[in-house]
Amino acid sequence: MTVISRGFHRRRPVDEKLPPGQYETRDFPVLSAGPTPRIDLDTWSFDISNESGAKRSWSWAQMMALPYETPVVDLHCVTKWSKFGTRWQGVSLDVLLADVETSADYALVHSYGGYTTNLPLDDLLDGKAWIAYRYDGEDLPPQHGGPARLLVPHLYLWKSAKWVHGIELKLQDEPGFWETAGYNNYGDPWREQRYWGD
Amino acid sequence: MAGTALLGRLSERLRWRACTLVEERNETSSARTLVFDVPDWPGHFGGQHVDVRLTAEDGYSAQRSYSIASAEAGGRLELTVQRVAEGEVSPYLIDQLAVGDQIELRGPVGGWFVWQPEQTEPVLLVAGGSGLVPLMAMIRARRAAGSRAPFRLIYSVRSPGDRIYLAELRRLDPGLDTTFLYTREAPDGWPRPAGRLDAEDLARAGWPPDFEPTVYVCGPTGFVEHAADLLVDLGHDAERIRTERFGPSGG
Ligand SMILES: Cc1cc2nc3c(=O)[nH]c(=O)nc-3n(C[C@H](O)[C@H](O)[C@H](O)COP(=O)(O)OP(=O)(O)OC[C@H]3O[C@@H](n4cnc5c(N)ncnc54)[C@H](O)[C@@H]3O)c2cc1C
Repeated sequence: MTVISRGFHRRRPVDEKLPPGQYETRDFPVLSAGPTPRIDLDTWSFDISNESGAKRSWSWAQMMALPYETPVVDLHCVTKWSKFGTRWQGVSLDVLLADVETSADYALVHSYGGYTTNLPLDDLLDGKAWIAYRYDGEDLPPQHGGPARLLVPHLYLWKSAKWVHGIELKLQDEPGFWETAGYNNYGDPWREQRYWGD
Repeated sequence: MAGTALLGRLSERLRWRACTLVEERNETSSARTLVFDVPDWPGHFGGQHVDVRLTAEDGYSAQRSYSIASAEAGGRLELTVQRVAEGEVSPYLIDQLAVGDQIELRGPVGGWFVWQPEQTEPVLLVAGGSGLVPLMAMIRARRAAGSRAPFRLIYSVRSPGDRIYLAELRRLDPGLDTTFLYTREAPDGWPRPAGRLDAEDLARAGWPPDFEPTVYVCGPTGFVEHAADLLVDLGHDAERIRTERFGPSGG
């Protein structure tokens, strides 16, 4: 049950949909750090490990059996395009993380192909992130991260790791692939956090 | 209890709890301490924070993080909120929330920026402005546990009137040394001119690196970056420097 705070109201006007420095696009550009990996659904797994190494794994069939959501979200890529109203289907990270024992504050996301990206754990919780496996009513195409990718629409898209394989929970933050290469450690499009020092 | 406070199931940590404001007091002209009664509070360590959620009548909601100021004490939780002019949440918490009102919060959050009473090594606390809040929780936890771990606090504020918890910091805590630094305006006759924290301040009022202190730095993002850089330059092992940044959204 939600508590209503008397006299509390939104202070800032409803935001324009475009974060600073972005332009709208209607197609779906493909930008990746390497070739598109080929992933076999029979051996696919999604793993979450905590700071003491304890691991939980989901096979493709187990992931498909979990309750899913169908978020409609805006995407913002650090290369300046934004795409509005994209339609997805996937499992909320709240579902996957609910029974994980941890005191970690950080997540390091691992992908098939070796890509990594880091986020504060808080940014994966509370309805903010999904493991997405359908896009616009179809199975997620490999060039967009299929069979499954992380979807964290409130951060620049390099945080929404394609071909996601697992999440390592960590007590200490550890920069991932792009973050080590000079991209911002957090990546908030509304604050234009593109590179280190932004 | 110690272990369970920190290592809780995420679903429990995630749960929003309605809690009631039972007491409030001003710390300075722009900071106020709010005391909440939180049902089923699982316990916490000094340094952890909670997320607070406010919801408007039209359904709009805003969430912000606030460090826990109090040491563990039976379901009561203290936060100290610094007013941010034009802010959405902090002015509401300070000006409008009244004793008896409810808000929602969840937590405790944070497993790294914590001090636990089992720790016996020297501790250096470096606070900028309201960054003192989680560090004060560590000082209070140290006192509550009867710990003799040697603590030093370096507390940087703009001017004397900005010091929160002043009366409590002036009370002598054996084994805790406090140094105030002023960035804009120092008290009359103060030996150090007003100015921002520098290496000399840290060398004089902190611990030498070879004492291997654990260092906790908390404050606005710029302050934390600056202090942590200076500490590394002075020879402190980056692994022993823990930081918490009070930037607008975690950046
Ligand atoms: C781990 C953690 C612990 C914290 N602990 C404490 C604590 O113990 N005590 C404390 O007082 N604070 C603490 N903070 C800070 C706190 O979470 C809030 O950021 C702070 O209270 C300001 O919130 P606000 O809603 O009042 O201001 P906001 O409405 O968030 O505004 C903050 C500033 O950002 C600007 N701004 C915000 N959004 C926009 C926008 N969309 N466009 C342009 N400008 C914008 C505003 O103009 C203002 O200057 C903590 C933060 C973190 C991350």
